[in-house]
Amino acid sequence: MPVKIASEWLNSCSGCEIAILNLGETLLDLLPELTFVHIPVLMDHKYYGQLGDKDEINIPEAKVGLLSGGIRNEEHLEVASEMRKKCKVLIALGTCATHGGIPAMINSYSNEELFDRYYSTEGTDSGGQVPCNGVPKLLDRCYAVDEHIKVDIYLPGCPPHPDHIGAALFALLKDKNPEFPFRSVCDTCPAIRKGKGDVNEIKRFVTTPDFDPEEPLDKMQCLLEQGYLCSGPVTRAGCAGNNGDAPRCISARVPCRGCYGPVKQNGNQMLDMLNALVSNGIDISQLPERESLLRFSGAHNKLVCKKGSF
Amino acid sequence: MGKIINIQPLSRIEGHASIKIQLDDNGNVDKAVTHFNSIRGFEKYVQGKPAEEVTRIVTRICGICPWHHHLASTKAVDACFGADIAPAGHLLRECMQNMAHINDKILHFYFFAAPDFIMGPDADYSVRNVIGIAKAVPDLAKQVFRMRQLGQMMMEKFAGKVIHPVAAVPGGFAKPMSESQRQSLLNDTEKLLEFAEFTIKYAKENIFPEYLEEITSLGTINTGFIGTVDDQGSLNFYKGKIRLMKPDGSYTDFDDSRYLDYIGEHVADVSYGKYPYAKSWDEGFSMDLDMPRGIYRSNCLARINVCDNISTPIAGAELETFRKNFGRPAQHTLLYHFARLIELVYACEKTKELLCDKNIAGKKTRLDVTPKAGRGVGHVEAPRGTLIHDYTTDDKGMIVSANMIVGTTHNLAPISMSVEQSARLLIKDGFVDEGILNKVEMAVRAYDP
Repeated sequence: MPVKIASEWLNSCSGCEIAILNLGETLLDLLPELTFVHIPVLMDHKYYGQLGDKDEINIPEAKVGLLSGGIRNEEHLEVASEMRKKCKVLIALGTCATHGGIPAMINSYSNEELFDRYYSTEGTDSGGQVPCNGVPKLLDRCYAVDEHIKVDIYLPGCPPHPDHIGAALFALLKDKNPEFPFRSVCDTCPAIRKGKGDVNEIKRFVTTPDFDPEEPLDKMQCLLEQGYLCSGPVTRAGCAGNNGDAPRCISARVPCRGCYGPVKQNGNQMLDMLNALVSNGIDISQLPERESLLRFSGAHNKLVCKKGSF
Repeated sequence: MGKIINIQPLSRIEGHASIKIQLDDNGNVDKAVTHFNSIRGFEKYVQGKPAEEVTRIVTRICGICPWHHHLASTKAVDACFGADIAPAGHLLRECMQNMAHINDKILHFYFFAAPDFIMGPDADYSVRNVIGIAKAVPDLAKQVFRMRQLGQMMMEKFAGKVIHPVAAVPGGFAKPMSESQRQSLLNDTEKLLEFAEFTIKYAKENIFPEYLEEITSLGTINTGFIGTVDDQGSLNFYKGKIRLMKPDGSYTDFDDSRYLDYIGEHVADVSYGKYPYAKSWDEGFSMDLDMPRGIYRSNCLARINVCDNISTPIAGAELETFRKNFGRPAQHTLLYHFARLIELVYACEKTKELLCDKNIAGKKTRLDVTPKAGRGVGHVEAPRGTLIHDYTTDDKGMIVSANMIVGTTHNLAPISMSVEQSARLLIKDGFVDEGILNKVEMAVRAYDP
């Protein structure tokens, strides 16, 4: 019997779903063993019956549930609760689901501040009221999925590497629990580290690091040691996939910004990064701002609403 | 009042929307309202962030078209900082921009749209999807999966990340392309071009003739159009003037920095997304089907309506034939699918043209930039339409204010109108079935929102 899968997206961008499709022919090969019972990006199963005449939301039962995106409004909460009720194993897919992701940057602001800005940009007609007719009401902030429902498997990444999505599906097909690396991005990065250098100030990424494009990454000195902010030390490994490739941003010769969330599920990327910088003798008062260090993991009360900046 | 039909979630689209159809006592459509249910507030939370970081934050507006946000944003930051761009950096950005269009169009046509045509609009929902196609036409599906994957991996191997890219930077591009990478990408682009030609031929032989009735009726509305053209008036995805065309075909071209003079945004209580409209027409905003005011459309059909020609040979010839058959501007909503395939061919041809230019493999791809105060508007043609990022920075190069008009946003009012049109066309005297409701959604899907 094929394994039933249900998939939903909440406060998200669909990048996780595109990452599923980036399994490519592997996905095609898996299809005989899987039955998708609900996945809005690909199929037309509806919440309120196929004729839209039922009153209550219904998602079919499934062995595996994939849930991407954080929980930001009442509809997300309803869909997430229904997924929890109907799925035996629930996977929080992607960093929005595990840690809030980029959209949790809104947690530094109130809903009123959001509406005030969005509905009064320079080109917006004045006099419009905040939409409230048939659109889901916002919650007070953006939540990671596990702040509202129980999560069985955390699969972070923005987006998660298709290797890991594939590995999770393969493991669950065989009734096993998938295992993912609990290391840092630096542990998978081939760049040369020489130890504590003479860097005492962090540069913004507006200049070109020192590297020879003809040479592979293992001939380039660590971008952090070159003085560029890089969140590799405080970020969970995984973006490189399972084939020994380099971290993906580093392979573009661009520093990591932390898209896999903290190394440990409940870590704090901002505090950990500031600690790492201070312990290397770097003057953190020179950073242009700090909130961005939590740009992927602002749920779980890490980023909170306040007036004025940090 | 009669019953309410609640189509939710809209599916095989990117994002969160729903349709509520209110029937009257006789079972005819009283109202059909489309709700756009998502608001995240990028305009708010990029404030106070270093501008060069924002180019890799706004990618998360859309996981299907992150490259286009990345590039429009990078262009806006270039302008804020008054940055000079390394010439090879420009070529690399333009190449990535076109490659991303290829993958997007393969995704939309085969994974989102084609099930309605290949499996049929009335087929059961459990098979009316790409998995159904994989079972019904396995050879085609294998080729589709392989070609889409090829396109994605070409970008990932060269630029590090294909979903939520990071390689464009203010001042250029973060890494050069080696000569061997150029050759390899060129070879792979040839394969994609061949597949694009196959796809448009397949659609012209097997799909469009069979669904001519739907194509010329479903979701049809009468609107203006928006898109980008170069100095010769040719279609361009990466740079040029924005052209705003009225329903009668007359048009105005303007520089993106002046977009606020031409485009207004209407706030409606049924949608978190705002409805942009043509402020410069001085007729206000109305979604009345018989007398729309200020309504224009974006995305592929809009682009091929506003451009005078397409500069690449195969897509250029396709456009000429298309115009002979459907006129300019073509208004039938389902023609978006046809236009998308013409653009698929164009994107492949344009990518090939860019990769044939050896300057793209120039060593210097990035110039240093200095954060400073400024205002910058950057725009590109995202698959779903003219994508505008508008930033103001302070003297440290931090974002003071940001405004974004996203491709699909231009189409929110037109989508709502096409939904209303198709619901009124199809639902009569209380008769509703799954096929009818799916056809209402097909009017949405054409826009690839």
